[in-house]
Amino acid sequence: MIDVENLTKDYGDHRALDDISFSVEKGEILGFLGPNGAGKTTTMRILTCYSPPTKGKVMVAGHDCFEDSLNARRKIGYLPERVPLYEDMRVDEYLSFVAKIKGMPSRDTKHKVVRIMDDCGLSDVSRKMINSISRGYRQRVGIAQALVNDPEVLVLDEPTVGLDPKQIKEIRSLIKELAGKHTVILSTHILPEVSLLCNRVIIINKGKLVAVDTPENLTSGNLPRVFLRIGGDVVDVEKALAGLSGVKSAERELTASKDTCGFIVTFDNEKKARKNIHSMIDENSWDLIEIRPMEMSLEDVFIKLVTKESA
Amino acid sequence: MNIRSIGLILHRELKSYFSSLIAYVVIVMFLLITGYFFYNLLATFSVISFQAQVNPMLAKQYQLLNINETVVRPLFGNISIIMLLMTPLLTMRLISEEKKSGTMELLLTFPVKDIDVVLGKYLACLVVFLVMILLTTTYPILLLILGEPEIMPMITGYLGLILLGAAFISLGIFTSSLTENQIVAASMSFGILFFFWLISYSVPFVSPAFGQILSYLSINEHIASLAKGVLDTEDIIYYLCFIVLFLFLTLRSLESKRW
Repeated sequence: MIDVENLTKDYGDHRALDDISFSVEKGEILGFLGPNGAGKTTTMRILTCYSPPTKGKVMVAGHDCFEDSLNARRKIGYLPERVPLYEDMRVDEYLSFVAKIKGMPSRDTKHKVVRIMDDCGLSDVSRKMINSISRGYRQRVGIAQALVNDPEVLVLDEPTVGLDPKQIKEIRSLIKELAGKHTVILSTHILPEVSLLCNRVIIINKGKLVAVDTPENLTSGNLPRVFLRIGGDVVDVEKALAGLSGVKSAERELTASKDTCGFIVTFDNEKKARKNIHSMIDENSWDLIEIRPMEMSLEDVFIKLVTKESA
Repeated sequence: MNIRSIGLILHRELKSYFSSLIAYVVIVMFLLITGYFFYNLLATFSVISFQAQVNPMLAKQYQLLNINETVVRPLFGNISIIMLLMTPLLTMRLISEEKKSGTMELLLTFPVKDIDVVLGKYLACLVVFLVMILLTTTYPILLLILGEPEIMPMITGYLGLILLGAAFISLGIFTSSLTENQIVAASMSFGILFFFWLISYSVPFVSPAFGQILSYLSINEHIASLAKGVLDTEDIIYYLCFIVLFLFLTLRSLESKRW
């Protein structure tokens, strides 16, 4: 559905994107990750035909974004990061303006706008001026305008930023519903969002592609870890843990209180280590307060990849 | 070019003009100021007429008693100056506001051509301007009821004002496309419009050939003959070229912002 080949973008001397290639299949949700200033928004602006690339080629739904821009734009719904809306229009008025300007016949517009407002939970505010509705509703109007003509491709730039937890949940489930029917690219720096929503993740840093994979693949292949809290003296526990077979490393966690201490323990042999920890606690008659598995999160992968790149 | 897109953008801009009160305020101010000028011109004319009744020597100065010469032509002159002050206030927001709020980015990812955006906005402003200028026809209509002015110079005069306004707006939309700041946009259009207005002042101090070019470029030289009732294609072509040039530059400026 989307093919990006050797995409490079220069702003004067500054290279914002450096030779990026990836493709997105139909019905996929692709997460776009990267620290601020990595080039996420620049990529999205090129994908949506707003700004042309310096080098490289971008095809959306079979149309070249630069040479066949109008046809490509017909297939795209875009929500920019700042959610720019016409403040002096009513919600329904705005959505029907967008629908018509995207080429929808006037007679279908009314019906379609009512339906999209229903889908996005906007029916309550349909007659209100956009400058008088809350942040959460604005975001939904932004998504509704992107969706209004049923585009094949949706490009959402940080769709959940600045919302409260309940609204975030609603927007996420809305996006999840869109998958399958639409191809979605969404950028974010909220990492759990990516593992929750996306089939695939792209990580970029300083304009370069760092990783493209599924969230599962990115997080797997790492050694298992547990968080361990024990009622005992820190120094003793640390010494005991260090000598244990099956344990690769034990890092002191600073949140420990006076009589307890916490460690993040990495195993190289999980089975053995669990048994050994058990008997270690028994022998020293310490109290086991907490033990819980710590999955290698996307966050760790992200930080590892991004810091490795800049090192 | 797509008529439907242009129409949609025109419609949206017009709504915005009238819902934000900008149009009402500018039109009311414009009518107040031009109305004040009209009243004073007419009062002066009636004083002269009375004096002419008692002083036949004065009546020989036929010029002063011609209502077209003492009321209509100065009125057109005044209206065009007020237009010069008012149109940048109408045009300054056209593109700069959308650039600042970010809606331009979204608008330019919709399947519309840049030229449709420019023309839609230009025509919307032109409509507001036409409403404003047509409301001033009450003055000449009053003259027609009360006296016997020549009609032709009034018609060509209005044609001149409309062309002049259309030219002002094309420059205004261009300066608005250069910046995100409305004040900067308005200041630039004031500056450039005054430059085109005053350029003919230098004519006596330069070589005749260069002087001719300057007076041709001067934006108000061309309205003078129209206000006298002379319909010259050269003047009309001048204004049309001015409009096309600045709309073209607006388009280029909009395109360049994508890079």
